[in-house]
Amino acid sequence: MALDSKIPSGSVSDKWTNYKDHINLVNPANKRNLDIIVVGTGLAGGSAAATLAELGYNVKAFCFQDSPRRAHSIAAQGGINAAKNYQGDGDSVFRLFYDTVKGGDYRAREANVHRLAEVSTNIIDQCVAQGVPLAREYGGLLDNRSFGGALVSRTFYARGQTGQQLLLGAYSAMNRQIGRGKIKMHNRHEMLDLVIVNGKARGIIARNLITGEIERHSAHAVVIASGGYGNVFFLSTNAMGSNATAAWKIHKKGAFFANPCYTQIHPTCIPVSGDHQSKLTLMSESLRNDGRIWVPAKIEDAVAIREGKKKAIDLSEAERDYYLERRYPAFGNLVPRDVASRAAKERCDAGFGVNKTGEAVYLDFAAAIQRYGKEQAFLKGIDATDKQAVTKLGTEVVKNKYGNLFQMYYKIVDEDPYTSPMMIYPAVHYTMGGTWVDYNLMTTIPGCFSIGESNFSDHGANRLGASALMQGLADGYFVLPYTIGDYLSPDIKMGTIPTDSPEFEAAEKGVKDQIEKFMNNNGTHSVDYFHRKLGKIMWDKVGMARNAQGLNEAINEIAALREEFYKDVKVPGTDKGFNQELEKATRVADFLELGELFAKDALHRNESCGGHFREEYQTEDGEAKRDDENFAYVAAWEYKGKPSDAVLHKEDLVFDAVKLVQRNYK
Amino acid sequence: MKLTLKIWRQKNAQDKGAMVDYKIDGIEPDMSFLEMLDVFNEDLMSKGGEPVAFDHDCREGICGMCSLYINGEAHGPDRGVTTCQLHMRMFKDGDTITIEPFRAAAFPVVKDLVVNRSAFDRIQHAGGFISVNTSGNTIDANTIPINKKDADEAFDAATCIGCGACVASCKNSSAMLFVAAKVSQYALLPQGRIEATDRVLNMVSQMDAEGFGNCTNTGACEVECPKGISLENIARMNREYMSASLKG
Repeated sequence: MALDSKIPSGSVSDKWTNYKDHINLVNPANKRNLDIIVVGTGLAGGSAAATLAELGYNVKAFCFQDSPRRAHSIAAQGGINAAKNYQGDGDSVFRLFYDTVKGGDYRAREANVHRLAEVSTNIIDQCVAQGVPLAREYGGLLDNRSFGGALVSRTFYARGQTGQQLLLGAYSAMNRQIGRGKIKMHNRHEMLDLVIVNGKARGIIARNLITGEIERHSAHAVVIASGGYGNVFFLSTNAMGSNATAAWKIHKKGAFFANPCYTQIHPTCIPVSGDHQSKLTLMSESLRNDGRIWVPAKIEDAVAIREGKKKAIDLSEAERDYYLERRYPAFGNLVPRDVASRAAKERCDAGFGVNKTGEAVYLDFAAAIQRYGKEQAFLKGIDATDKQAVTKLGTEVVKNKYGNLFQMYYKIVDEDPYTSPMMIYPAVHYTMGGTWVDYNLMTTIPGCFSIGESNFSDHGANRLGASALMQGLADGYFVLPYTIGDYLSPDIKMGTIPTDSPEFEAAEKGVKDQIEKFMNNNGTHSVDYFHRKLGKIMWDKVGMARNAQGLNEAINEIAALREEFYKDVKVPGTDKGFNQELEKATRVADFLELGELFAKDALHRNESCGGHFREEYQTEDGEAKRDDENFAYVAAWEYKGKPSDAVLHKEDLVFDAVKLVQRNYK
Repeated sequence: MKLTLKIWRQKNAQDKGAMVDYKIDGIEPDMSFLEMLDVFNEDLMSKGGEPVAFDHDCREGICGMCSLYINGEAHGPDRGVTTCQLHMRMFKDGDTITIEPFRAAAFPVVKDLVVNRSAFDRIQHAGGFISVNTSGNTIDANTIPINKKDADEAFDAATCIGCGACVASCKNSSAMLFVAAKVSQYALLPQGRIEATDRVLNMVSQMDAEGFGNCTNTGACEVECPKGISLENIARMNREYMSASLKG
């Protein structure tokens, strides 16, 4: 099957406008005869469900949490980009587009990214109209901050809780439609398979997580908005329940899976504290605006700090190595995430790590506190040479900006980040890869769409900060509502899709068989036992730096682990009711397949780009070395029974508006 | 650390349920409370038992999924945190820890420590929104300047995570703090004023219909709220409700 991305013709800046002018529309009277299933209620799924219901479609929304408001978009901290140019600092739609393509290391589809930049401004207008309390300046207008990989301030934010506020905005829009009966909300439900009838996605099989009942739900189209697959690493900044099952099930039913190896390792997370660790906590990238990252310049000092004989504050300026500022003078601490993460790993691998395990660097606010303190002292007419007063004033400013993050750090680490620098280390955060979609956000299964983090389309090999919220809401509020109408227009006379067809029967049976197998397996190890093992293989061999030998080992080890899992996993309790171990088992079963495809994709991509760093392909000074001649394509994998048999399809990436160059943040 | 855990076990909504005592060893102060329960459940399963069900998801204090009534306090003894942010360093070696679900008539138990908080969603369906459709043609975001104080106060109210600690802490199982947070957020913003009258009447009416109790100003909700939502919001909602009732 040849991949058709369905990118409209014309110049990159006209494509979306022309497209909208010429698509088929469904009239309002017919929309109420069409059903749409939306799986996942984060920024993408929540905004899509609300908007589709407003348009008049009957929406059936599903989430595994007890309320749509809990989706993991809620945890996004830093902000959301939009090309508003409110700061007058030279921003524009083209610049946001350009920064995103460059930040993605030239592995994203130009047409999609431009569309994203175009609708970014509408998102801010929409959210403010909904009552989302974004941060404001004293004059009453919206405030902005800068984020990694950009030279302008285009990030809108709500203290350190931007994701929460935007998600609650989408949730409120959903609530209005739930109240009107236009969205039928299914909380505590998990999609366990896709149903295809006559070649088109026509429904899902879901498990009611409270009663254990297996349910059939039909629709004219199915939208997957189930997020990313970072939890394949076990430890990540994802929520405990975040999973790839919906995305993986559609993959097994024919949706190609694109670029699974593009995974973002976020540079500023709280380091691992012990074997009991269940998840990792992010410290927003916005902290890099004011925090300076460093390790000791001399290895003796690093050793002394690890042994508890010295403290960070004992080291003078000359004894510190602000390695990002040293290596990347132009962007300094604000280099993109992939670059910052690798630089931290490089220093720690070289022996300069500052915590017990040697896997941590400092993020220091002392300079920012002094800078802000002096500013405040000047404003208030206080003597700026009074260090104590300045520190107090500066601490207040930092507290106002990042208070909740500092408190979070304090509660976890039990150390005051206002007086001694934070310790941070990279952790798995976001997956740029995902189900392949065309320009319409439709997968290779007709009628099955994929939006937000669950698709692959906009971030290439590396996502810039504050772009995930932008993409989720762009897809859900402003893109899918157009493209899905074009797809549904021939279906207006179809009537309700029956759920008693052989296709539903077969899909339901498959799900029931899998559950029965788990319940009767009688193994000896818990699901977490296998999940932790998978995570370790992934982190050690398919993590921040990869090589062919490690990847080959990982592929074999994951396949063997999968076999052991099916033989030896133990799921206690009953499937006829609430059973969290069973939920985990069905999710980890899918991660055990996805992980292998992930490694296979990483092995085939003989270049380094963005979050995919192959040790064999680097420049003399350790930067990622792309191979545009051979790898400027999207790798879309077709399922053929086992991950090892997956077939590669290539979508060549064509760059008309942006010239391919080596990313340079120096 | 060695601990004694007294945990509420209940098979399903119909089951009567009871407290069960357990012993656990090898707990480290750096573990979060939920990581302690993970370790406990692993241990229980290895001995052929069924793990204790508890709600949790983000494990960073923002999703509002985790609950638990620990030693008589919602989200346990620490202040300004959810259970997932509570660490074992708050306890001492040899302690006995009592763990119950959030109890309220409007929050029926699903299993063990898991409760059904859908009543909160239904209150939001009744008015927790501004009626604006997605169009891409709403006015430019900076056309409505909002003074920073109002914007900040609206934000403070909007940080409610909907966990239900306020209800669990209240002797009347009142949901006033939760409802007031949403009413306040919109009441403080010009965008929200337009529907303010209907919103407060509808949300309060749904709150009553769900079986939450009345507010008697004990302030326990504010003390236990992991996000520090202020009682001032309840006062604001009362004012809004009074003036809306008069407009009738």
